[in-house]
Amino acid sequence: MDPLEIARWQFGVTTVYHFIMVPLTIGLGPVVALMQTQWVRTGDEKWLRMTKFWGKLYLINFIMGVATGLVQEFQFGMAWSEYSRFVGDVFGAPLAMEGLLAFFFESVFLGLWIFGWSRLPKKIHLATLWIAVAGSVVSAFFIIVANSWMQHPVGVELVDGRPVMNDIWAVLTNNTALAAYSHTIMGALAVGAGFVVGISWYQLWQRRRDGIDSVDAAGRVVVGENASIPGRDRKDHSVWLTSIRIAAVIAIVGFGGVAITGDVQAKLMFDQQPLKMAAAEAACQDGTSFSVLSIGNLGSQNCDDVVGIIEIPGILSFLAHGDFDTEIKGVNTLIPEYQELYGTNLPDDPLYGERAGMEINYLPIMEVTYWGFRLMIGFGMLAAAFAALTLWIVRKGTVPRSKFLMGTALLSIAAPFGANIAGWVFTEMGRQPFVVVPNPNPSGVDGVFMFTAAAVSPGVSGEEIIFSLASLALVYALLLVFEVRLLIKYVRGGVASAMPELGHPEGGDPGNSGDPDNPNDPNHPDRRDDVLAFAY
Amino acid sequence: MELLPTVWFIAIAALWIVYLLLEGFDLGVGMLLLFSTRSDKQRRLMLNAIGPVWDGNEVWLITAGAATFAAFPFWYASLFSALYIPLTIVLVSLIFRAVAIEYRGKGSSDTWRMWWDRALGLGSLGSAFGIGAALALTTTGLPIDANGDRVGGAFAWFTPYAVLGGLAVVGFSLVHASVFLGLKTDGEVRARARNFVVHWSPVALLPIVAWVLIIQFQHGTVITWALVVVAVVAVVFAWISARAGREGWAFVGIAAFLLAGASSIFAAVYPVVLPSTLNPAFDLTISNAASGEYTLGVMTVVAGFGLPLVFLYQGWTYWVFRNRLSEHHLPEAHTVKPAVAPPVSAR
Repeated sequence: MDPLEIARWQFGVTTVYHFIMVPLTIGLGPVVALMQTQWVRTGDEKWLRMTKFWGKLYLINFIMGVATGLVQEFQFGMAWSEYSRFVGDVFGAPLAMEGLLAFFFESVFLGLWIFGWSRLPKKIHLATLWIAVAGSVVSAFFIIVANSWMQHPVGVELVDGRPVMNDIWAVLTNNTALAAYSHTIMGALAVGAGFVVGISWYQLWQRRRDGIDSVDAAGRVVVGENASIPGRDRKDHSVWLTSIRIAAVIAIVGFGGVAITGDVQAKLMFDQQPLKMAAAEAACQDGTSFSVLSIGNLGSQNCDDVVGIIEIPGILSFLAHGDFDTEIKGVNTLIPEYQELYGTNLPDDPLYGERAGMEINYLPIMEVTYWGFRLMIGFGMLAAAFAALTLWIVRKGTVPRSKFLMGTALLSIAAPFGANIAGWVFTEMGRQPFVVVPNPNPSGVDGVFMFTAAAVSPGVSGEEIIFSLASLALVYALLLVFEVRLLIKYVRGGVASAMPELGHPEGGDPGNSGDPDNPNDPNHPDRRDDVLAFAY
Repeated sequence: MELLPTVWFIAIAALWIVYLLLEGFDLGVGMLLLFSTRSDKQRRLMLNAIGPVWDGNEVWLITAGAATFAAFPFWYASLFSALYIPLTIVLVSLIFRAVAIEYRGKGSSDTWRMWWDRALGLGSLGSAFGIGAALALTTTGLPIDANGDRVGGAFAWFTPYAVLGGLAVVGFSLVHASVFLGLKTDGEVRARARNFVVHWSPVALLPIVAWVLIIQFQHGTVITWALVVVAVVAVVFAWISARAGREGWAFVGIAAFLLAGASSIFAAVYPVVLPSTLNPAFDLTISNAASGEYTLGVMTVVAGFGLPLVFLYQGWTYWVFRNRLSEHHLPEAHTVKPAVAPPVSAR
């Protein structure tokens, strides 16, 4: 069995999965921290409830990101040992920095936040969350720096054919990294905000369906309460209305940020990885038109089958250079250039195994790059449009009773996730056949590149990688079911799922004043203050 | 002698030792849950004793791995690819463990809790064994060729040393966790933890002692033998303290045992980081496995700034959660019910 193909599938599967959890962590974290800040500042219980509820969902998701992140760090060495040897001098450093300067903060302070309710002073407790959130945001930076180095190698010199770092500052301020990082963070904000919009919509809808809230003749909300359902009081309405409004605004801002940073990134990529962008456009011939729809056999190697159906003249030039008439090189022009620079055949080196000496196919799989690029943009626009629509719909204080619209709102949670996944699949598949991409326009360091075919572990068999891929895929599938089930359960429980005291306003069991003779009774008068605010 | 590679050899040894020192009791608590068939409240008590700190402790593993990648990429690449199967098991185990800790209390049925307890217990066992095997093998050697690639197939790593190392970390974690629970909990859990240390630590610590001694007989120097003596004194002191009910001193003793014992291993194998069992010429050493001077210099600055900070705030976390936990501290398990009006027919 071919270890290379399986190892690539494994990397793709585990990374895409990891990056379902991560953007939600990065995007939801600041929102929760903002809510707790408002609570500390105003003392309005609305904000406390928001913090507790969204914080609970944040934690259910957070742990999955942590658990699946370990796989990422280990598999470079396990499945890609040649890659690790080749890039270790420069690629390991950002990973180690991530641990030392970001992940420690994130994990330690999140532990303090989870267990620190009522044990730490209010403001310090708030600070622990901000530090944890900052940890995850900084953590993303170092990971993107590592990834961007593979797209655009800088800050190194070649010593005995191997890149050796000579400028950490160049690595950390790689223009590719700065663009990709801001793009990723904005995308994560859109994910977190979309999640809050969808779930808040459901809550407002549920209140209407249960007859708690209604609307008057002018369509304005009439807020009610139902004492028999834990948490469904008047305050509850403001929890969801404020959540949905804040989140819709963040989603729109996030999408704006995604578009701007994406534009910057695309301009860099036209320069640094022209073939990736040509493949994203299925642009076989040189030209200036942006393709809205192309058909034909996109995967075809000679490119002659691709037929542009709808094209907008000038837009491609605008995306790449900011004007409307610069010719953008197409695949048919670029491939000979790549062959000239990097050879027509793989070197006759045992590192390449059976592939040694084979002809190199420089064209990424065009179906993937073309559609990945369009799905990313399409899902992103869909999510932003829905957020804008939401903001308008809730202007009178609630959502319509339509079950269909509520379902659409819940479904819209998936759109920014889809955009993230499509974007990453595009950018990583688009860099093939290289694992470290050479940059023909030498703002990167000349001659630093590596073919994916040479990166896999020479000593590891395909069977071993199948074993790990199958185990991880099985575990991941199982855990996704548990995560989603738990999220649904806690969402259906409303705020009371995260604040048990809402069910029993007195604290402790209602009607149980405790047995004063039994010191172990949790309701014992002396014991109440002792009980932890939170425990597993 | 090369200064920066030596500094980083010491740093990575330190990262692994602190990892075992901190996550040792987390892993042990997880495994003890497999035996602990008493009440759910007692299991929760044990879990919450590590609750606020376990995730921060695990970052030492992530940092040890990443620092090895950064400072000794050839060591990282050879070791991790040679141990493909055991590390896959470690990963799956760590995933289950982490998720179990977080999800166990979020369902309300006994079946739910029982399965997550098993996932937590077996996950802890798998991670402790796999990490122990990996650490033992990097000190005793693997069949790697001139390029650093494993030869001999997927199970070439499976040797008596791998089993010994696995048992060493499992045994140590069980004892360490019991000492920790004695220090951090009250009531029956505390008493049983103490009993475990008194009755079982001589057996459970045998594999780690054997590992230390094997390395010493192969590579020992005066200094490393001196460390072994310190370790033995420390562990005897820990046992006597535990028997006398002085849990704080017992913890100091077991921690000193780990520090001295593990240091004796790393000091004895220096400067080899991964010996080849095929040919000593293929050994990976701090010289031929290390990154360049510049990278090591950058990493030294980062670690010199970051690590003291980590010690500071992680230490503060332990201070914040310094109190002994008792069953009465635990809030009642909370059942999440849908905040939905019952259907009209049921009203």
